[in-house]
Amino acid sequence: MFILIIDYGSGNIKSVYNSVKKTLKNFQKSFELKVSRDISDINKADKIILPGVGSFDQCMNRIRKINDLVETLKYQVITKKKHFLGICVGMQILADYGYENQKTKGLSWINGDVKPLKNSTHNSKDLKIPHMGWNNLIIYKYNYLLDDITQNDQFYFVHSFFFDIKHNKNIICNTKHGINIPAIVNQDNIFGFQFHPEKSGRSGLKILYNWLKLS
Amino acid sequence: MLSKRVIPCLDVHNGRTVKGINFVDLIDAGDPVEQARLYNDLGADEICFLDISATNEGRKTLFNIVSKVAESCFIPLTVGGGIKENPDINNLLKSGADKVSINSAAVFRPNLIKEASDSFGCQCIVLAIDAYKDYNNFKSGYNVSTHGGKKKTDIDALEWAIQGEKYGAGEILLTSMNADGTKLGYDIELTCKISSEVSIPVIASGGAGKPMDMVNVLKKGKASAVLAASIFHFGVYSIENVKKEMLKYNIPVRETW
Repeated sequence: MFILIIDYGSGNIKSVYNSVKKTLKNFQKSFELKVSRDISDINKADKIILPGVGSFDQCMNRIRKINDLVETLKYQVITKKKHFLGICVGMQILADYGYENQKTKGLSWINGDVKPLKNSTHNSKDLKIPHMGWNNLIIYKYNYLLDDITQNDQFYFVHSFFFDIKHNKNIICNTKHGINIPAIVNQDNIFGFQFHPEKSGRSGLKILYNWLKLS
Repeated sequence: MLSKRVIPCLDVHNGRTVKGINFVDLIDAGDPVEQARLYNDLGADEICFLDISATNEGRKTLFNIVSKVAESCFIPLTVGGGIKENPDINNLLKSGADKVSINSAAVFRPNLIKEASDSFGCQCIVLAIDAYKDYNNFKSGYNVSTHGGKKKTDIDALEWAIQGEKYGAGEILLTSMNADGTKLGYDIELTCKISSEVSIPVIASGGAGKPMDMVNVLKKGKASAVLAASIFHFGVYSIENVKKEMLKYNIPVRETW
C-alpha cells in the first residue's frame, strides 16, 4: 500500500507525515509513505492525503500552479476512485467556491461554498473567531471512520471559514461553534476533515487509523 | 462545544527549561523534550515554548527541541521568543511549530504581524502582549512592555490588542507582568478588558498558583485558554487537577483521563 501526502507548499506537512507514520506502526502489513508533488507518485498512490494550512485562494493558486496536478488528482480520485483525504483547507478546496480574500473556484468535488464564520455567527465578541481549540463531533451518519470514536472524543480545530455544504448527505459529522460546522464530509471515496487529525492527540490518531484501514 | 484550553508553558534557555520569578531569577526545571512528552501524556491541550536564549546557539537548540517534540506529540505547539521577521517564522513552522508568538518585534514594527499573517495564515500568528499596570497614564490602565518586561513603552495594552487583531493576529497571549511569578492568581481585570474588546481568542498568562485561579480567569476574565508554567513543572498541581476543577464549575474541558 502506497500512501502519498501531497506537498504543494502549504503548511506543516511534517506533522501530518509524523502522525501517519506513527499510525502505520499499528498495522501488520507494510506501507510506503511519501511526501511529494510528482504526478508519477499520484498515479502510483493507493491513498492520497491533501493537507492544507493558510487561505483558500492561496492553496488553490498553489495547486493550480503545479502542472497537471488538478487533472491528475481528478482522474485518480473521481474516475479511479482512490481514497482521498483533505485536511482543513485541503478539505475546504473540495468546494465549488471559496470566499477567503477573494472569490476563488475550488475543485467542485463536493457541492457547497466556503464562507466566513464571522457573518454566519451572531456578532458577539464572546464567540471567538478563529474557531480555535478542541471540540467534539456531532455524529449524523455512521461511517467506518468513526469506529471507536464517541461524542467524547475531541479534535483540534483552527479556522475562520467553514464549508457550507449544499447536500446534507455529504455531512458525516458537524461540530458546533455558534453554528453547526461540517467537521467530516464525504462523497464516495472522498473524505474531508475540518479539524487537524495530526494535532488531535489520541482521537486524531484513531481517526487516521480508521481512514488508513478503509479499503 | 469548544473546550477551554490548558497550556503548560516551557521557558527554554539554552536547551533547558527555566522559570523565573518576575522574569529575573532563573531556576533550572528540566529537559524540555521530556517535559513536553509528559505534558502531552498528561492531557495538555497545547504546549508553548518560549525561547529566552539570547544567542544563536540557543536558537538552534530550540529548533531541535521543537522538531523532536513534534515527532511524538500530536497536539499544537506554539513557539515564541526573539522572532523578528518572516524567515524566523518559516524556520520554526518548518521545524514543527504550529503557531508562533511574536512580542517585542511586533511592537516596533506592527506590520510584521500583517506580513506574517498574510504569508502563513492568521491561525498561526499569536500576538504576545506583556502588560503592566499603570492607571495614571493609560486609558485602559495597562501599558505594553517589551524585552521580557525590561522595557516599557508608551502603548496602551488594550489599544495594542485591538490593533493587533486588525493587523491579522489570530490569537493573543496576554501576560500580566505584575501577576507573573506571584502565584496569586491571574489579572482578571486585564484579561476581561482585552477579551471583551477583541474577537480573537485570548490566552491568559501570569500568576497561576492553584486550579481555582484558572477557573476565575476563564469565567470572570473571559479567557479562551490558560497558560501556566511553574505550578505544573514542580508538580504542585497536575493538568488533570486543573481540568477537574474547571469541570466542577461547568467549564468545558477536553477530558483525557
